[in-house]
Order: sequence, then C-alpha cells, then structure tokens
Amino acid sequence: MSDITKQSLSELVENIKGKKLSSSEVTKAFVERSKKSKELNSYITEDYANALNKAKKFDEKPNLDLKLPGIPMAVKDLFCTRDLRTTAGSKILNNFVPTYESTVTQNIWNEGAILMGKLNCDEFAMGSSNETSFFGNVQNPIDKNLVPGGSSGGSSSAVAAQLTPITIGTDTGGSIRQPASFTGTVGLKPTYGSCSRYGIVAFASSLDQAGPMAQNVKDCALLQEVISTYDEKDSTSIDFKRNEYSKELTKDIKGKKIGIPKEYRVDGMPKEIEDLWKKGIEYAKDCGAEIIDISLPHTNYALPTYYIVAPAEASSNLARYDGVKYGFRAEGETLIDMYEKTRSEGFGAEVQRRIMIGTYVLSSGYYDAYYLKAQKVRKLIKNDFDDAYKKVDAILTPSTPSSAFKIGEKTNDPVSMYLNDIFTVPVNLAGLPGISIPAGHDAKGYPLGLQIIGKAFDEQNILNIAYAMEEKINFKNNINDWWIK
Amino acid sequence: MSINLKTIKHISKLSRISVDEKKAEKLAEDLNSIFDFIEKLNELKTENVEPLTSVAETTLKLRSDEVKSKNLRDQVIKNSPKENEDYFVVPKVIE
Repeated sequence: MSDITKQSLSELVENIKGKKLSSSEVTKAFVERSKKSKELNSYITEDYANALNKAKKFDEKPNLDLKLPGIPMAVKDLFCTRDLRTTAGSKILNNFVPTYESTVTQNIWNEGAILMGKLNCDEFAMGSSNETSFFGNVQNPIDKNLVPGGSSGGSSSAVAAQLTPITIGTDTGGSIRQPASFTGTVGLKPTYGSCSRYGIVAFASSLDQAGPMAQNVKDCALLQEVISTYDEKDSTSIDFKRNEYSKELTKDIKGKKIGIPKEYRVDGMPKEIEDLWKKGIEYAKDCGAEIIDISLPHTNYALPTYYIVAPAEASSNLARYDGVKYGFRAEGETLIDMYEKTRSEGFGAEVQRRIMIGTYVLSSGYYDAYYLKAQKVRKLIKNDFDDAYKKVDAILTPSTPSSAFKIGEKTNDPVSMYLNDIFTVPVNLAGLPGISIPAGHDAKGYPLGLQIIGKAFDEQNILNIAYAMEEKINFKNNINDWWIK
Repeated sequence: MSINLKTIKHISKLSRISVDEKKAEKLAEDLNSIFDFIEKLNELKTENVEPLTSVAETTLKLRSDEVKSKNLRDQVIKNSPKENEDYFVVPKVIE
C-alpha cells in the first residue's frame, strides 16, 4: 500500500487494468499523501471526499478499456471544473464556482480519471515562482526554501512530491516547462491549437496552451493523447490528425537532426547550464541524432515582445472582472467607483502591473509604437524558427537560465523575474511545441532541465527524442519527504 | 521614455483600477524599468514586416446559426455577487 504513490501513471494504469489495484486503493493513497503534505501548499481546493466516492463508484463497475481508468488527478486551478471552485489563484475569483467544465478536463474525466482537487498557481498564471498567488506561495519538494517555479507551481510541486500521479498545467511563456525544470519533472507545452482553450481562465489568448506535467515522458505522452482534441468551442482549435502519442512512442531517433541555436548562449549564463547543455548534446548523439549548429537571430527580442503582447491581451481578457456578473465585488458609491475598487482590491500587484502595461501599449497614440511593433517582431521570431526547421527536425536548449531560486529572491524586481523565461518564451511566440525533461543537477543538488522544441504539430517527434534521451540521462530526483512529519 | 505619475493616473482610469499616490509611485518605478527593457525592440527595423496576429494558420470556421445551450438563466446568475430575480444589481447609474 505504502508504495502506491511511488508508481508512475503508466504503472498505475497497468495495475488497475490488471486488477492488481483498485481505483479506491490508488485514490486513497494519493489523498492520504496529499493530506500529509499541506505544508507544501500545493492545493488551493481539496475535493478528497468526492474523489473517494467516485473511486468507489468506479470500482463497482470498472471500465478497464479507458485510458485513465479510475486514476485520481489534481489539476491546475486555471481549468474550470463544474461545481468545484475555480480561483485562478486570485481573490477576484475566490468564490467562483463554474457551471461548466473545460474541454481539457472533460477529456480527462471521459477517460476515467477522478478529480482530487485544484492546484495552486500564480494569479491568472502571471508569474514564474507561484509567489503571486492570492493563496500563498508553494514550496518546492526539493528544498523548503525554493520556489517550485510558475505559474504552474502547485502542479509541479504536486507531481514531484507524488501527491498526484500526473497533472495538467498551462503555458503562456514557460509556465509548464520552467516549473517542470525546477522540480525535476517532465512538462510538455503543446503546439498552439492542439489543446482546446475552452473553459481555461484566459491570460493571453494567442499564447495560452494547456499541457501535461508528469514524472516521465511516457506518462506525458499518454496524457497528451487524452487532452489533445479538436474542439469547435475554441475558434483557434486546429483540426489536424492527432497521433496516439503513447502507442507510437519510440526511442529510435537515429538520424534525427537536432539544432543547437547559438543565440541561446546568453550573457552571464551559469557554467552549470552551459555544461548541462553540452551533456545534453552528447546524450542526443549517443541516441543516434545528428547535431547541427543553427541560428535564431531574434532570440534576444523575444522577451521584450512577450512583455508587450501578453500584457496587452491580458488587459483585454481581464476587463471582464468588474464585480457585476461573478466573482468578488467591493461596494462603491457609483458604478465606476465600484469597478475601480473591485479591481483594485480584487487583483494582486503583479496582475495590476500587467493590466497597466497592457492598457498603456494599447492606448491611443501608443498602439503602433508598441503593440504593432511587437507583432512585427513576433513575425521575425517565427520566421527564425521556420528557417531553422528547413535544416533540422528539432531544437535542443536548456529549459531555464538557472536552477530554482529562493522564495522571495526575485519578488521586488519584475524584470529579473521575467528573465527566467528567456528560453521558453520564444516557443510560445512561435506557437510551437516544447518539452522540458530533467537532465541533471547543479552543485547544490537542484534539478536542471533541457528543452526540446519541435515543429508545429510534431509533438510525437519531440516526445520520441525526450523518451530516448530520458533513458540515457537516467535522472533521479533527490526528494526526502522533509515536509512529512 | 519615462512614465510619470500623470500617465499612471491616466492608465489607471482607462483600466478601471483605483490607484493611490503611494501605489502610483511604485507603479511608475516598475513600469519604467519594464519599458526600458521593452525599448530594445526599437533596435530592429520592421517597416516591411507583416505583423503576426495569430500563429494558428487557420481560417475561422463557419457554423450554422443554431441555439445549442438553452435555459441557462440560473447558471448565468448563479455566481452573481448581487441579484434581484433575473437581474444583476449594480449601484444606481441614472439619477
């Protein structure tokens, strides 16, 4: 019983299908461990009693043909879940109980999984450390004083600490890959248009994508296969032939051409990251891949572009929080007074900052200088990738410019916080798939990740490369359960 | 490029977020450091570049104009902070 939570998703599925474990046993094990792990603050909302009931019901009439039969799962609190509070980590949605379900979570429940609760995240997914959440920061199971990354920080800590066998996050500028890298887990940001955005609290609609966060590549492929569907409720959902990613997964990547972009050797990059990257290149060669030097000349312009595009879209998306139809309301003398107080008291500092940036860059007289300019540079960034993919099948980079930093270390300097996403943001701007896999440790013993970036809709290829490299890397996470008394 | 307190007041009005003096000063400081960073884009010449509005290379699909969700009144009002029968209640707008 005690080692149930140590099993990977694929093992749990196999054991439930083989009737060696029941859904109730598995759900109980993860619920118990989650209960003992409150100190991590991974959850915003727990739904354990319902989860145990659903597991019992599943066991009474188990459908073992499903892909996630009776598997308990907690999800990022950015996905609307019918009848279970969905906060987006914000005070303004503190009391919001959706009357509908996001497509991605519905796909997961349709395959037999069971909701255990909602996981902490930066407010409206705006952050790289989970410190902007109204519900408090999350601790990294690697070390008490470390951030788990963000914005999907509750998700990364919950997977690394084995409070849930697998989870989903969302990634607008790195919010799946960076926390995966900080916690020694695997995170996939799919191609834009691969997973439906319906029912996900919107941040920056031209960049947001949902994706799996897992302990290993195979589990990640299985969940991606479940969540990626065409959805007419999302006008940017794309109707393309989706693979059965887990079934088609192969370690045979012989002859695959992998590009190494020289512009990712950024100034002041720690030697540890440089070394990790070199090691990654050797692993890829060992797997039979061919390494090719490439150039992505506009890499340095990706972050400034992102910090125009994302806040602009956010300021527009977040205009809906006005205290009228749902969410928090602060009383005011007049309607305008009520709006202004509601938004001033309901949003946290980082969200207000981004709304202000976005409002400014879209305001009369500044639109061309900022927003239009950013859209043009975004085109140049995408062109860089298009050119590179004429020569290579995938691109290998570090996931982050450092290992996890300390809680409070970067909260007073927004720009230094933003620089965390330097390797992940270009992928969102170009709408491409990217996966982060754990690849080593720094001198302090903290995990470091490598990112594999693919062509649009080529998730299978980067999953295969990640799968092959994972075996060579043979990464082991150093987690000693320090938070369990 | 420098964002002063007057500009902060103007953006705060546009974004319907009330801002007191202390908050305005902090915001001005933060926004100035962020815009210093953003100004880097001016190094690039982009006169002949088409702006990228969407990475999803797809045309908007048409659908037949039919009602798919019905009788959602209770659901729509369910999360309202203040309502009266079927209406959302807000402070008086017209004298």
